[in-house]
Amino acid sequence: MGPLPELLAIDGVTVVVVAWLGLGLAGLAALHDTRVVGRVLFPLSALASLALAGFALMGLPGAPQVAVLAIGLPDLPFHLRLDALSAFFLALLGLASAGISVFAGGYFRQGEGTPPGLLCLHYHLFLAGMAMVMLADDAYAFMVTWEVMALASFFLVTTNHRIAEIRRAGFLYLLVAHVGAIAILLCFGVLQAGTGDYTFANMRAQSLSPFWASCAFGLALLGFGAKAGILPLHVWLPEAHPAAPSPVSALMSGVMLKTAVYGLVRVSFDLLGTPAWWWGVVALVVGLATAFFGVVFAAAQVDMKRLLAYSSIENVGLIVVGLGLAMVFAAYRMDALAALALAASLYHCLNHALFKSLLFLGTGCVLHATQERSLGRLGGLLRFMPWVGWTALAGVMAAAGLPPSNGFVSEWLLLQGFLFTGGLPNPYLRMLVPVFAAGVVLVAALAAYVMVKFYGVIFLGRPREEKLAHAHDAGGLERLGLAWLTAGCVLLGLFPVAVIEVIDPITFSLVGRGLAQSGHIGDWLLLAPVSAERASYSPLTFLVVTALIVVATIVLVRRFYHGRVRRAAPWDCGFPAQTARMQDTAEGFGQPIRQIFEPFYRMRRELPSPFDAAPRYRVEIEDPAWSAIYLRIAAATEAVSRAVGRLQRGRISIYLLYSFVTLVALLFLTQA
Amino acid sequence: MSPFTTQVIHLFAAVLLLIAFAMLAQRRIVALINLFALQGLALVGSTATVAWATGQRHLYWSAGITFALKVVLLPWLLHRLIRRLNVKWDVETLINIPTMMLVGIVLVVFAFNLALPISEFSQSIARGALGIALACVLMSFLMMITRSKAVPQVIGFLAMENGLFFAATSATYGMPMVVELGIALDVLVGMIILGVFMFQIREQFDSLDIHHLEKLKED
Repeated sequence: MGPLPELLAIDGVTVVVVAWLGLGLAGLAALHDTRVVGRVLFPLSALASLALAGFALMGLPGAPQVAVLAIGLPDLPFHLRLDALSAFFLALLGLASAGISVFAGGYFRQGEGTPPGLLCLHYHLFLAGMAMVMLADDAYAFMVTWEVMALASFFLVTTNHRIAEIRRAGFLYLLVAHVGAIAILLCFGVLQAGTGDYTFANMRAQSLSPFWASCAFGLALLGFGAKAGILPLHVWLPEAHPAAPSPVSALMSGVMLKTAVYGLVRVSFDLLGTPAWWWGVVALVVGLATAFFGVVFAAAQVDMKRLLAYSSIENVGLIVVGLGLAMVFAAYRMDALAALALAASLYHCLNHALFKSLLFLGTGCVLHATQERSLGRLGGLLRFMPWVGWTALAGVMAAAGLPPSNGFVSEWLLLQGFLFTGGLPNPYLRMLVPVFAAGVVLVAALAAYVMVKFYGVIFLGRPREEKLAHAHDAGGLERLGLAWLTAGCVLLGLFPVAVIEVIDPITFSLVGRGLAQSGHIGDWLLLAPVSAERASYSPLTFLVVTALIVVATIVLVRRFYHGRVRRAAPWDCGFPAQTARMQDTAEGFGQPIRQIFEPFYRMRRELPSPFDAAPRYRVEIEDPAWSAIYLRIAAATEAVSRAVGRLQRGRISIYLLYSFVTLVALLFLTQA
Repeated sequence: MSPFTTQVIHLFAAVLLLIAFAMLAQRRIVALINLFALQGLALVGSTATVAWATGQRHLYWSAGITFALKVVLLPWLLHRLIRRLNVKWDVETLINIPTMMLVGIVLVVFAFNLALPISEFSQSIARGALGIALACVLMSFLMMITRSKAVPQVIGFLAMENGLFFAATSATYGMPMVVELGIALDVLVGMIILGVFMFQIREQFDSLDIHHLEKLKED
């Protein structure tokens, strides 16, 4: 058998990609048949996703595998390579998309813009594009698949293309995606150092001067940042995510943002070799600003999908903070700590892929059941949609970073990384980095606040509208998808050591050390990233103790307290009618945060006058990036075009005069 | 090369320049066409003189083509055109004529200055003529700019080609025959196309005033 098992992983991944393409084309054959597409093609696609995750996990610990696909231009084939990093992200893609695809099988209905078969094609092109981006081993293949991914997701975002607002969101997304793609292309141009050979192997072999290396890093941060939603290129995210159908939002937020993270890690740790310390500082600053911005705006949103989109911005920010920390450590050759920060970042990628997909799918169910996206009209849905409610609870706990969920583990690892910055040789960094740590803690706390708002307003309390009482729970396939992602969130939280052992080969190949390999990671029960004396965490013990306390409390309350309960009409405090409108609203719950962070928002408030018979309260919150950057660029462009347009007078004499003046000026210049 | 031939060529050059000024000042279209034909004649004369003085056979052919085209065919076409378009009388210029003459003088000074370093390198018999040729080109251009009707603009365009041709013959004993034939054909075709355009313009706007084309501008 010899080399056969080793070759299997990359071949397997390629086969899955081909299978996805085949499923997409099959969707084209069953263009208007929602039943075939939903009940057959999407579940099959989920099986392919599972196979992808399996192949990727199989190939992860082994040596890098390469392949050359004979497609592309003559003499310019696609080079593919499966190493630990790409295998990890492929596994992430497989695990998240398995749940999303099953869910999508039950989600898409007839008559929502694009016919289901075409949607199926776009969806699978999107999946295949993302998988190939992670496999690509030369700039050509990377850019082609990157664009396939961007275009497919553009068509997915504009599924309901009959609505002008959605077309606008799609256009914005396409625009930012292409600005980013240009930056990435330039980055590869710098990386190949004038050799004309665009394979990643050649880029690894080049050693760039510090100036050009920094240029490449800056372009990569810009290009991948546009895709990941890093400040100030995040504007497309809160527009595109609410516009897209929920499974697509889940896929974009959960997986596509990670392709950008993958690209950033690939360029800054792999292709560029050892990063410079100040790149890490740039990444820390940008990441923290993004995270803070994201969470503060998430707190102010009243549209549930928009809230999740801002929360995605926040999580990407945290991931970039982790990468920045890893860069700082790697630059000073503190390999074990760099491995810790990098592992925390990658772990958070995986967690975010699962819990954010889960939450987006949950909002999709709520949207289908109630036709309502605004938090102000929801409430009390846990009673009517128990499946969605309880699975969303798991996702919310992870997003809030509560133990024993998976979100806690990665945030805890990240903060552990921050605790060891005292060993840095640069005194300024020693002083500054703890400030970043404080910022990360603030962001984490605010994220919990946002998630309490999200869950409390949608699922708890009493329904704010009559029609909510008729909300139906998720269907069979949808339940399967939600359950899969929930299980992922729970298991990743309960067995962190196993996950870190999977991540180990990546950090080993990128920064030269693995966490588990350093020996004191702990056993399967106890996670101790640096040493058991300093900090350790045992999620299972935590879970058991918490569960015991909860059970004991319930028993005690039921048995002893309720035994003495006397039932009577409640004292109504002078309000005889208690309606659902008296509950705390999303607006009300977010008000303190809006008050505290007022300088960051651009708010327009309409307060009703005291004599108004039908008072209405409206608040509009605008993204400051719009007025600070984008509208100015637009205004400048318009001014320049208008100035150029003034040349066009419509008079032949004037046009002739232009030629004449040009001629005379040129003659004059040549004479001089 | 006798100084006499040089003198003759310079004379023709002077006539050319004089006619260029006259065209700049002329308001009436019929007179403009006649001036254009006259300019062509001067050009034929100078070309033939250069051919005789240098013994370049192909310049005779050039002179012949020029005569047929610019003295006979094009003026005849133009005359027919204005008869059928019924636009014999003209025409206000956009800038008044004295100002235009002054601008023309400035252009001549500029052109001579410009041609000075080039003609020092030239071995040709009529190097002083280069400045005149350039001045003719620029003044024809100026005429195109300052006329508001279509026909004078076409005449300006044709006169510009005259200046170029004169520059070619006087500075370098003419261009290769193929190029000359090509240019001649271009001028002819250009003339025909512009004629068609003029009919179209008049049908659209009931006038040949270029002013009406301003409506085509995109706002």
